[in-house]
Amino acid sequence: MQDIQSLKVKATEIRMDLLKLIYEAGTGHTGGSLSNTDILTALYYKVMNIDPQNPTWEDRDRYVQSKGHAVESYWAILADKGFFPKEELKTFSQFNTRLIGHPNNKVPGVEMNTGALGHGLPISVGMALAAKMDGKSYKVYTLMGDGEQAEGSVWEGAMAAAQFKLDNLVAIIDRNKLQITGSTEDVMSIEPLGDKWRSFGWEVIDVDGNDIEQLVKVLTNTPHSNGKPTMVIAHTVKGKGVSFAENVTKWHHHVPSKEEYELAMTELSKQLEVLQ
Amino acid sequence: MSNVALKHSSVNKIANRQVISDALLEIGKNDKEIIVLTSDSRGSASMVKFGEELPQQIIEVGIAEQNIVGIASGLAHSGKKPFIASPACFLSMRSIEQIKVDVAYSNTNVKLIGISGGVSYGALGMSHHSLQDLAVTRAIPGLDVMMPADRHEAKKMIEALIDYDRPVYVRIGRNPVQDSYTSSDYHFEIGKSVTMKEGNDLTIFAIGETVRVALDSADALQQKGINCRVINMHTIKPLDEEAIIRAAQETGRIITMEEHSIYGGLGSAVVEVVSQHQPAPVKILGIPDEPAIAGKTAEVFEHYGLSVKNVTEIAIHMVNN
Repeated sequence: MQDIQSLKVKATEIRMDLLKLIYEAGTGHTGGSLSNTDILTALYYKVMNIDPQNPTWEDRDRYVQSKGHAVESYWAILADKGFFPKEELKTFSQFNTRLIGHPNNKVPGVEMNTGALGHGLPISVGMALAAKMDGKSYKVYTLMGDGEQAEGSVWEGAMAAAQFKLDNLVAIIDRNKLQITGSTEDVMSIEPLGDKWRSFGWEVIDVDGNDIEQLVKVLTNTPHSNGKPTMVIAHTVKGKGVSFAENVTKWHHHVPSKEEYELAMTELSKQLEVLQ
Repeated sequence: MSNVALKHSSVNKIANRQVISDALLEIGKNDKEIIVLTSDSRGSASMVKFGEELPQQIIEVGIAEQNIVGIASGLAHSGKKPFIASPACFLSMRSIEQIKVDVAYSNTNVKLIGISGGVSYGALGMSHHSLQDLAVTRAIPGLDVMMPADRHEAKKMIEALIDYDRPVYVRIGRNPVQDSYTSSDYHFEIGKSVTMKEGNDLTIFAIGETVRVALDSADALQQKGINCRVINMHTIKPLDEEAIIRAAQETGRIITMEEHSIYGGLGSAVVEVVSQHQPAPVKILGIPDEPAIAGKTAEVFEHYGLSVKNVTEIAIHMVNN
């Protein structure tokens, strides 16, 4: 329980870090980074077998962030884990930085360059397949967006993962129900999402994607069905943690004003106090 | 003729795809990291035997070209040496974003073999022609682009690519090509063109199946007293700029030949160099900006002037003016 509590504290601190990043850089994907923070916290501080001192260790678990745009929580976590100096976060989105607005494999800890949606799953299929071929026990995790489900290449990867029986592959959908234009169901409906993945041969598990305890429980016990890839549909709130950003479409890439930033930091500080 | 070029056309029945498959099978027996990926293209890539003999080293992804490139990049990231064998028309277009991002940008060691390229699928129409692939792939940073002239060069090229740790796109045709080389016994180097014939009156730069036509054209020109240099640009990226500049300096006139759109391919590459370093007149021969006419490769070449007759006429005109 203590462990979960400390993860919740960490997630709140990461939210504060990422808001600072976005506010100071004047750019970023605020809503999606806030919605995926708990998922990334669970993966990086509890679930995945990684070594920041040896980022290319061959037996490490792999993480591919397919929804590349929600990168701010990712940068904040990689810095906090020690993959690169925290000081460098100041360069986010600035001239000649390597901390660009999408995952960049020039940064230690990042496996692949992503940003174009629909790419992460096929890449992860390749990585998981390689692990099977080599008899390695590492797992491959990939995080997709819900709007991303409209990309056809997602379903090409879905078929292949089931065909190749990749039970060392875990895909997570950050199901925050909003994309840049509005509700995913208004833009291009993806429901019934779980049934779609089940019919493609995946083991599908729904979780509250902002509940770290649930996330840790589901993500540490994969595969839940031998021979099947795992799909975790993480039901999240876009803009999670900042009351006035939650479930508001414009916060997809809205940069907080000074007042909004201060208000958000005050809210998160209070959440931190309650947790501590 | 230099000692590597075969002087006269002869009938060859072995397609480049077969040569590549045989080479990969041979090397793959000892190098378990070599993985062939097919998109329901096992037959058309001549990979059936490879699949039978090395079933653990072939991956079938079905008709899914975006997926095949993404999967290959994931395999390469984990230390495999993936060779994709998929029709050039789809591989270079349908999955170009995966090539750009997952392969070139992420710098994964994926070899993209575009099979049945150019107008190989003659009568199947523009959907199945790949006449823009050089233009598209050439513009992507971090990706090398090659096209062998014949079976001998296909073998040399694939052998050179095994331990060449960079993303590469290779286009080959479907049918056997007449030989341009006497054998595989010559020095092949990625990025270094091969002078197939010396000459100082003009230079023909050719790539792929047009190298044979260039050699035959040079032969015809020789009989008319014109000494034509023939350079095989098997690698269009990285480009052997030195050979182009030297040809412009020493021969003054240039003809380029390619089974590709006249936009963005070898002709464009040569002009980009010549115009900036050593201005010289250049005639670009290729497929004009239209859906290519239906027909066998030889017929299509003939129709668009990738022929001995046309090249000879152009060369004589250039030399006399």
